[in-house]
Amino acid sequence: MKYAFSFLVVIVLIVVAGLGSQIQGMQYVFGVALPYLAILVFAGGFIYRVVQWAKSPVPFPIQTTCGQAASLDFIKQNKLECPNTTSEVVARMILEIVTFRSLFRNTKSEIHEGPQLTYESSKWLWVFSLMFHYSFLLIIIRHMRLFLDPAPFWMAWIEFGDGIFQVGAPNAYITDATILMAIVYLFGRRIINRHVKYISLINDFFPLVLIFGIACTGILMRYFLRTDVDILAIKRLAVGLVTFSPVIGVKIGAIFYIHLFLVSTLLIYFPFSKLMHMGGVFLSPTRNLKNNSRAVRHINPWNPDIKPHSYAGYEDEFREFMVDAGIPVEKELPVEKG
Amino acid sequence: MYNKGTIIPGLIIFVLIVMSPVLYNGLKAGSVPKPEPPPGGEKQCVLPVSEMRDKHMQLLNEWRDEVLRDDERVTVVADGKQYRKGLQLACMQCHTNKEKFCDSCHEYASVKPYCWDCHLTPAQQKAALKKETH
Repeated sequence: MKYAFSFLVVIVLIVVAGLGSQIQGMQYVFGVALPYLAILVFAGGFIYRVVQWAKSPVPFPIQTTCGQAASLDFIKQNKLECPNTTSEVVARMILEIVTFRSLFRNTKSEIHEGPQLTYESSKWLWVFSLMFHYSFLLIIIRHMRLFLDPAPFWMAWIEFGDGIFQVGAPNAYITDATILMAIVYLFGRRIINRHVKYISLINDFFPLVLIFGIACTGILMRYFLRTDVDILAIKRLAVGLVTFSPVIGVKIGAIFYIHLFLVSTLLIYFPFSKLMHMGGVFLSPTRNLKNNSRAVRHINPWNPDIKPHSYAGYEDEFREFMVDAGIPVEKELPVEKG
Repeated sequence: MYNKGTIIPGLIIFVLIVMSPVLYNGLKAGSVPKPEPPPGGEKQCVLPVSEMRDKHMQLLNEWRDEVLRDDERVTVVADGKQYRKGLQLACMQCHTNKEKFCDSCHEYASVKPYCWDCHLTPAQQKAALKKETH
């Protein structure tokens, strides 16, 4: 029911924006106020979360090692899988962020007759994750043509490449198809695969459904529901938003406000959700630490400050009691005069 | 906070990326282009203005498919006036200036339609004819 509830929430959001934007004067709420609020919550929340993470001490390397550590000279170190210098860690991080190497290791476990447990490599998650993330990245970059005036020259190259099949007019984008395919896979996986279904929560389903809604409304607006979708009015609003002088000149179709409202929801939801893996991937200690615990001393930052206490000092402090108890002391009590 | 040396530059990069459209535009919202109305003074088109504005690309694409793929060269009648299907045959007859009509909006919206890979603008057509006659 967790996924059904996600759909329900997104449908409610669509209805709210679809009807709300039709009320006179509410266009500024959905088109100006909410986007500003959303970007503030997104950026502020993102920074807050990262700072909170940075406040947590990481007292010793907890790197996930996947290869031979640096050891004796004649044992070959696996520099990418078990880095012990900063540059090796940087290389590992870049490859992790750009190519999702940890997902490449994904395995599928099955119980067969016997009972016998088998594991086999399963690359689908990796393939569709790459597809999803790169489609999303290209879509975001492509949208910048509506915010940047004049649009930079390389924008045309992205547009050309993404619409290279020249299907229909406006040109069908490849990324529109690939992001939908990837979302369907990522969602289907959580429902069909029993192990993943068991651990899936509403905060796994909701962002997928929300992004699915964003992609669908965007595709509908571009290719199918073009009534009152005047790209000039939309660009005027978008450029207005980023130059702090937003204007909604003419009537823009409800589908635009629905799309924008869902995006605003995504931005507001972002810092409180698992989507924070965008920032978190940079801060994952299992990836970004050096495996150098045998070469460098790591001091626990919350250790109490214990001052050294020598035996001479100890005896000075307790000499009287020691003498009383008959314990031998190195330095006798001073002879009392009198 | 630990690792300030990397956290703070990282967050600065994040803020710069989020703010990049603001920095790029420099707080100046450029003017929205106004496509030039037909120089000949025609007031009528195959569809109402608002529909043409939103859907002209789909109409042209349908015309292209009908004419070139299905050989349906029947004329379009709107408000008693006949139009031949085609960018040069219909649209450019009234909207003679591509730069002031088509390009003004397309450039603003950063759209590069591939109409002109095959089609000629009225100005290009004239120049081409001149060359042939010489």
